[in-house]
Amino acid sequence: MGISRFVLLVFTISMLASPALSDLVLSKVDRRIYLTSHIVRISSTLEVENAGPETVSKVLLAFPDLQAQNLAYLMASPHEAKAKVKVSVVSFPIDVVKPEDMPPGVTFYSVSLPQGLTVGASFTFDVLAVFTQALRPMPEQIGQADIQLVLYQDSAYYLSPYVVKVQSLSLKVPDSRIESYTTLQSTKVQGSEIKYGPYENLPAFSSSPITVHFENNLPFAIAQELVREIEISHWGNVLVTEHYKLIHGGAQSKGEFSRLEPQARENVQGPSAVRYLVAHLPPRAHSVYYRDAIGNISTSHLRGDSKKTELLIEPRYPMFGGWRTAFTIGYGLPLQDCLYESEGRRFLNITFSSPMIELVIDTLIVKVVLPEGSSDISVAAPFFMKQWQETKISHLDIVGRAVVVLEKTNLVPEHNQYFQVYYKFNRLSMLREPLMLISGIFFFFVACIVYMHADTSISKFSASYLAKQQWEEVRVAIQQVHNIICRCLATHDKLEASLRDLSRTGEVQACKAARKSTDGLLKELSKELKPLMTFLQSSPSAVQVLSKVEELVAKEKELLEKLMAKHSTAVEAYEKKSGARDIENRIALQQQKITALRQEVDDLLEFIDEI
Amino acid sequence: MAAPETSTAAVPTLYTNNTLRNAFGGVLSFFILLLIGVMAFSIRLFSVIKYESVIHEFDPYFNYRVTQFLAKNGIYEFWNWFDDRTWYPLGRVIGGTVYPGLTLTAGTIWWLLNSLNIPLSVETVCVFTAPIFSAFASWATYLLTKEVKGTGAGLTAAALLAMVPSYISRSVAGSYDNEAVAIFALIFTFYLYIKTLNTGSLFYATLNSIAYFYMVCSWGGYTFIINLIPMHVLLCIVTGRFSSRLYIAYAPLVVLGTLLAALVPVVGFNAVMTSEHFASFLVFIIIHVVAFVYYIKGILSPKMFKVAVTLVVSVGLAVCCAVIAVLIALVASSPTKGWSGRSLSLLDPTYASKYIPIIASVSEHQPPTWPSYFMDINVLAFLVPAGIIACFLPLSDASSFVVLYIATSVYFSGVMVRLMLVLAPAACITSGIALSQAFDVFTGSIKFQLTGASSNTEVDAAETSSSTAESQTDAVKTEKPEETAKNRPSRKSKKKEREHGEKPSTEAKAEKKRLLALPLESSVHCVWAAAEAYSAPSIVLTSRSHDGLHVFDDFREAYAWLRHNTDVDDKVASWWDYGYQTTAMANRTVIVDNNTWNNTHIATVGTAMSSPERAAWEIFHSLDVKYVLVVFGGLVGYPSDDINKFLWMVRIGGGVFPHIKEPDYLVSSLC
Repeated sequence: MGISRFVLLVFTISMLASPALSDLVLSKVDRRIYLTSHIVRISSTLEVENAGPETVSKVLLAFPDLQAQNLAYLMASPHEAKAKVKVSVVSFPIDVVKPEDMPPGVTFYSVSLPQGLTVGASFTFDVLAVFTQALRPMPEQIGQADIQLVLYQDSAYYLSPYVVKVQSLSLKVPDSRIESYTTLQSTKVQGSEIKYGPYENLPAFSSSPITVHFENNLPFAIAQELVREIEISHWGNVLVTEHYKLIHGGAQSKGEFSRLEPQARENVQGPSAVRYLVAHLPPRAHSVYYRDAIGNISTSHLRGDSKKTELLIEPRYPMFGGWRTAFTIGYGLPLQDCLYESEGRRFLNITFSSPMIELVIDTLIVKVVLPEGSSDISVAAPFFMKQWQETKISHLDIVGRAVVVLEKTNLVPEHNQYFQVYYKFNRLSMLREPLMLISGIFFFFVACIVYMHADTSISKFSASYLAKQQWEEVRVAIQQVHNIICRCLATHDKLEASLRDLSRTGEVQACKAARKSTDGLLKELSKELKPLMTFLQSSPSAVQVLSKVEELVAKEKELLEKLMAKHSTAVEAYEKKSGARDIENRIALQQQKITALRQEVDDLLEFIDEI
Repeated sequence: MAAPETSTAAVPTLYTNNTLRNAFGGVLSFFILLLIGVMAFSIRLFSVIKYESVIHEFDPYFNYRVTQFLAKNGIYEFWNWFDDRTWYPLGRVIGGTVYPGLTLTAGTIWWLLNSLNIPLSVETVCVFTAPIFSAFASWATYLLTKEVKGTGAGLTAAALLAMVPSYISRSVAGSYDNEAVAIFALIFTFYLYIKTLNTGSLFYATLNSIAYFYMVCSWGGYTFIINLIPMHVLLCIVTGRFSSRLYIAYAPLVVLGTLLAALVPVVGFNAVMTSEHFASFLVFIIIHVVAFVYYIKGILSPKMFKVAVTLVVSVGLAVCCAVIAVLIALVASSPTKGWSGRSLSLLDPTYASKYIPIIASVSEHQPPTWPSYFMDINVLAFLVPAGIIACFLPLSDASSFVVLYIATSVYFSGVMVRLMLVLAPAACITSGIALSQAFDVFTGSIKFQLTGASSNTEVDAAETSSSTAESQTDAVKTEKPEETAKNRPSRKSKKKEREHGEKPSTEAKAEKKRLLALPLESSVHCVWAAAEAYSAPSIVLTSRSHDGLHVFDDFREAYAWLRHNTDVDDKVASWWDYGYQTTAMANRTVIVDNNTWNNTHIATVGTAMSSPERAAWEIFHSLDVKYVLVVFGGLVGYPSDDINKFLWMVRIGGGVFPHIKEPDYLVSSLC
């Protein structure tokens, strides 16, 4: 109870030293405190009346220091009736001020009204203050199956530097039991709502501490650090990656822990554990992933419709009080949904904070990675934050991409507002990386071509080089021999063809003529063959293949002889007008030999061809 | 008569087109190789598609952690890395006890990509190292088989290796283990050896030593190379195939290879001190003696040579006896006879179960069952004998190497399931040879028959046709035996050819279809094995029930909890299986891990696990243990939990601390 005593002390001090400040009077104050999650929201409606002689344009809001430390978000907006449709809420500028002659232990914020409040006039506006860590678990350690009780302390009277004429307070707690609450005059409990007031005509800085002790099993999920990286690709995608370091900020878990129990009886065991988190992603989010340092986390659900995408993620284990975890979620957004153009500049319009609902963030770092070649960068944000620039070298970058880094501490979901990053970017820069790849591959091929065609041997007179050259010559010669033999074989075929004609037509003369012409051809060919053979015989590097080549030539000669013999017999037989069967018989034997020889020649040719 | 005529008429045009055909063939085989590489890579991605891009199993997590360290701290820090997160309180010198090949490879890839500004994470690089290297391995297989039996066999073998289940089981995406790069290194070393043997080039011999160095860096299985190659050299010498090429292939490998191997810290002086390497030195001496004898024989007359031989042999025998006696005395003085436990269990399969329970307790050190052969190499098991026969027709230096390789690897795979992996490339090479030779035969006979048939329709000389057909089949017959037609199926078809002129073509076609069906059917099996059997990362379990897919991610849940909710310096005790994963995923200090280098330490944990609570608490307290990780699979029916391993804890604990007796933990069935 240390802190509560301290608060009490502060209040008494402030009560004692309460100089009436100015001429403003709060004619009506309506406070509603929402304690339904671990984020405390105080929504107040203030009616200000100017009772002084001058026009006033600023109203002071006061919070005790202990509360102000945890104040995450403060917004003042014109009051609206409940039934009205929400028009775009215009919030008034708020500054921290330190007016003189004020009691210590109180922090002041000044709200600038849209127009000065003239004498006697009144104005109504709403103030929303959001606090983190305002709920204290009591007891501070609980077992696995216990429920979580928390303590909330505030003042029943509205702390203000002005006189408050009429005020009331209502506290909304979750739909569960209330352990205890401070009873003052006119205190009422209606279901899950505790009402204090109305109180009338209280002087400035009056306060009366109240304490509410109630059950709150909602998950106290706090991101100790969240790094959001928003990477823009002008090829059509905005990639958002969020690295969370999460802790359960509620009552610490004590004693034994059984993993089986929460699995078996989900509702009874571990009521305050963080079992899942819900993120509301933009409607056309795609490629959503959820993983941590050791791989995918397979417990997540994604539902989507045209208005939003809802991502429900479960940590690897149900998180009990004080437990930590770390994970990463990522998703892509279509470029046209977040990137716009105005006055020659592009701007990214995207939400600032985490899409998780009811998540408190201690430190948030947002990195906006702009495409390489962006310039003239500026940021427009709805609230103050630290910012600086970095460079990041990513896929195929040369100079690196400009990164705008924004840092802010103590964030609540109300901070999840749109902010803009303006920059200039030349569309031609998009082609830089593809061109680089193309030219890289092009030069690789050019290098290959050069390598294949360049002579890289060191000495033109080394033995191996000469041998290689000689071998080249030999190869050429062998190729020529090969060709010649092929032509010889072709002429053989002509002979055979003439024989066939003979058997069909019986014209002996034509056959003889064919033979003569082939004879001539073959002689020429053998003449051509001679120098090649002598070259091969003289060349030292042809030794290995020489025997084969010689064999080939010899076989070919033999084949030719046999063929001639066959031809002669056939022609003779025709001249003698022998019967077809007789001729067949005579030739058959020779034919067999010829086919065998032919086969050998073919084999040899194939062998030589393979050299 | 007609048939040969037309066939020869077609010849010249064919020959003139030959260069074009060769070029076309070159381009075609290049693209086939490219596609084989793509297939080898993509067939291993099932694990990423079905599960996620994550490191698998146990050992890969250690390698991943080492790679992370390397990427973060650089190579010099890596060599000097003393890891105090494991084997508490002893620690482990990682740089000196790890085969660095895989880590350095992945680290280099990562560094290269990052210096090109392609910021891939270390994890991504590690996950995809194995598929990339299996593509390399299939290309290396192509090169090796091409050296042995030509391009066709090479392509077939490469395609088979790209999808052989045995290799897939160790190289799916995420299986970041030594074997992933070692198989490539193994095949590539063999290729360079064969290449040197075929060319006699010192250039390739040097490359061979470097490839061997890479293999030594990568895997303890390098002893297989350094024993197999000497065996082959010895075989060549015994069968009278000694040549200068053999000398060049072998001598530089031993000298350079041993020097380079000694550079790897984990091997060091073992490269010259342990018995695994003695065979290579013995053969090194023998090959020099043989070379010397050949040299002497060349300069002496036959008569003088005989005299010299008798002189030298009598003196030499005496010297040899003395040397061998000294060697044996040296070897015998060490307790394990100079052999490491794993090698000894290879020579004597019952060794481990008798003396070292820690080796016997690992499931992959058990001998395989017959179904696992069918599962892992499938149809190759039936093609291997045909391939061995094809290697003998004709027997060359290179093909004799393949025969020796397959024979030894079959033996080793029979001893340890894990070494099935060494068998797989050998089986692919021999099967590739068998398939391609069979295709050669059949396509050959179809080619001849086709030309014959077409000519028959042209010329209808009724009587001549039969005789030409006869002569032609004769020609086919005379051609066949010269080649490799002694395969069983081709023999059958040849018989048919003799009976009917027209048959062989259709027969060969049918046989060809049957032959084609073999690899096709096996590819179905391979894809199934890749998709269903071998792609599970084992840290994520899935089960299918009537209401959809269930994912059990309990391992990572536990590790993540340890990582985020315990103090950085807390000690976690668990059975050694989970040591690597705990250090890598939970980043906490463990007492024992999968390295199993200190049996006493493991026995201490085993004793604690099998002691009553009070005694166990004492033991763990003395080890500063704050958390104990036990795996209980009873709820979801996960079979390999700690209860299942409990008997091994008792056995290993009892091996060091005799008060733990196995019978105390068994229910007596007689009562």
